Amino acid sequence: MEHHFFGSVGIFHYLVVSSMLFTLGICGIFINRKNIITILMSIELILLSVNINFVAFSVKLGDLTGQIFAMFILTVAAAEAAIGLAILVIYFRNRGSIAVEDVNMMKG
Amino acid sequence: MAELIPTLVFYFFAAVTVLSGVMVISARNPVHSVLFLILAFCSSAGLFVLIGAEYLAMTLVIVYVGAVAVLFLFVVMMLDIDIEELRKGFLSYLPMGIAVSLLVFFELFVVFYFSIKMPASLVAVQQPIPDSSQVSNTEAIGNVLYTYYLYPFQMAGIILLIAMIGAIVLTLRSRKGVRRQNIGKQISRRPEDAMTIVKVQSGQGIS
Repeated sequence: MEHHFFGSVGIFHYLVVSSMLFTLGICGIFINRKNIITILMSIELILLSVNINFVAFSVKLGDLTGQIFAMFILTVAAAEAAIGLAILVIYFRNRGSIAVEDVNMMKG
Repeated sequence: MAELIPTLVFYFFAAVTVLSGVMVISARNPVHSVLFLILAFCSSAGLFVLIGAEYLAMTLVIVYVGAVAVLFLFVVMMLDIDIEELRKGFLSYLPMGIAVSLLVFFELFVVFYFSIKMPASLVAVQQPIPDSSQVSNTEAIGNVLYTYYLYPFQMAGIILLIAMIGAIVLTLRSRKGVRRQNIGKQISRRPEDAMTIVKVQSGQGIS
């Protein structure tokens, strides 16, 4: 039988929220092809949805490992944001714009 | 009634999370996107608190709202961005984006739907969550993290260190035409190198 966290809210509710966030992140990557800042933010949304999944399953299974793994994901997401924004800053410094369709100019 | 209130709070937080996610990807101004991202993270921290993951909720607020979102804000405001240039092609990519995301959502839904009848857990619980009235969530996580996950924890620290060094190396630049102090050169000057004593004949200048 389905286990309820509280009231009528079970793991299914959390999974629906997280899959909606994941889908929004995918959609954001597709529709903001020119805007690399929004693409980075969409990646953050995807990682957040993965975290929600981990925490929901952790509580449902009664296992702390999920929450610990979510913490590691948080770490990696912070590192990824820092590196991504640093690359963005030097790209802007060299090109004067952040139009990502010109990134392949170094392809030769 | 006692069960109704947490349910309503869940629906409130979930709605705010999803709606601010929509605004993140569709806002015209990147600054507004960052602010909606902050809202999404705060309300999902609320979702975490609701199911008893307080430590992770607080970490989410501190790490994301306190560090990552501020980093985004800095970059967005520092760069001189032409917003209209970035919005070009938004409508032409929209049908493709909606089609792909509907497909992804459908796939996720199929997976959920067919896995809901599966047994709850196929593997044994490794780190059981202790009773929250006895041990707080933070203490339980600390007990497990520093006992069983010490090396992954250290690796996470090394990843952060590498990211920090990488970001500094990438953005550090030495500008041309900037006159800097060279302290070593300055304090190694001696009077013999810098001065000459000239005997001047009276009535003549120094040639």
